[in-house]
Amino acid sequence: MNTNPPQKRGLTAIDGAMALIVILLLVQIWLLSATLESYLAGHREVALPGAIISAILFAVCLGLYRFVDRIDSEVRRG
Amino acid sequence: MSWFRKPSSTPLWRDEFPVFTADEQFVNRRQFTKFLTLTSFGMMVGNLWILGKSMFHRPASYPRVPVAAMDEIAVGGVKIFNYPSADDPCILVRTVADEYVAYSQKCTHLSCAVYYEKEQNRLECPCHQGFFSIADGSVLQGPPQRALPRVVLEKKDGRLVAIRMETESL
Repeated sequence: MNTNPPQKRGLTAIDGAMALIVILLLVQIWLLSATLESYLAGHREVALPGAIISAILFAVCLGLYRFVDRIDSEVRRG
Repeated sequence: MSWFRKPSSTPLWRDEFPVFTADEQFVNRRQFTKFLTLTSFGMMVGNLWILGKSMFHRPASYPRVPVAAMDEIAVGGVKIFNYPSADDPCILVRTVADEYVAYSQKCTHLSCAVYYEKEQNRLECPCHQGFFSIADGSVLQGPPQRALPRVVLEKKDGRLVAIRMETESL
């Protein structure tokens, strides 16, 4: 059973979510550079999977942001 | 965008322009996460832009340009011409009696002009010692990573006509 106070648990959850967003963002930056590199090399077929994966990563980031937003509001309310 | 900013008892102007400088410079977790999410959105827009460019990509059209008469160049000789535009120098080489090849003269490394090295039968970039095959323009040695774009030639009425450019797909 977790004996941490709710505020500390909330902050831990927020820190975890932020770390995950940073990792996803790094993956997205790499994906954009790799897609651009392939496109400029004449491989236009990589553009669609690149865009789909990037959109999924953004959706996850958005979900995590909303999670952080909600938890932060709850923690501030006490 | 009401879901992006929850209703708050504090007016927006006070959040954005607080009275104290320390408050103005303070970035809380929520703001930082919003910034990261917006950056993620920017990355997605970049990928969508590449997708749009690839969907509306049209193959380039090339003019038919007479380059040289077939007996104009000696075996092992070269001729410099411009194709497809006046700003694109190309090199035409007569390798054997009945074989002509032409490539863009811009090195794929840093755009120095390549020249034909007759003794070694290859194209050389003098700037950084890049060497290209005379047979297909592929890189033999040196810093260039991509082959030279090839000018496709057509023999017509004793003349060589450039009809299009071919770029190697990596």
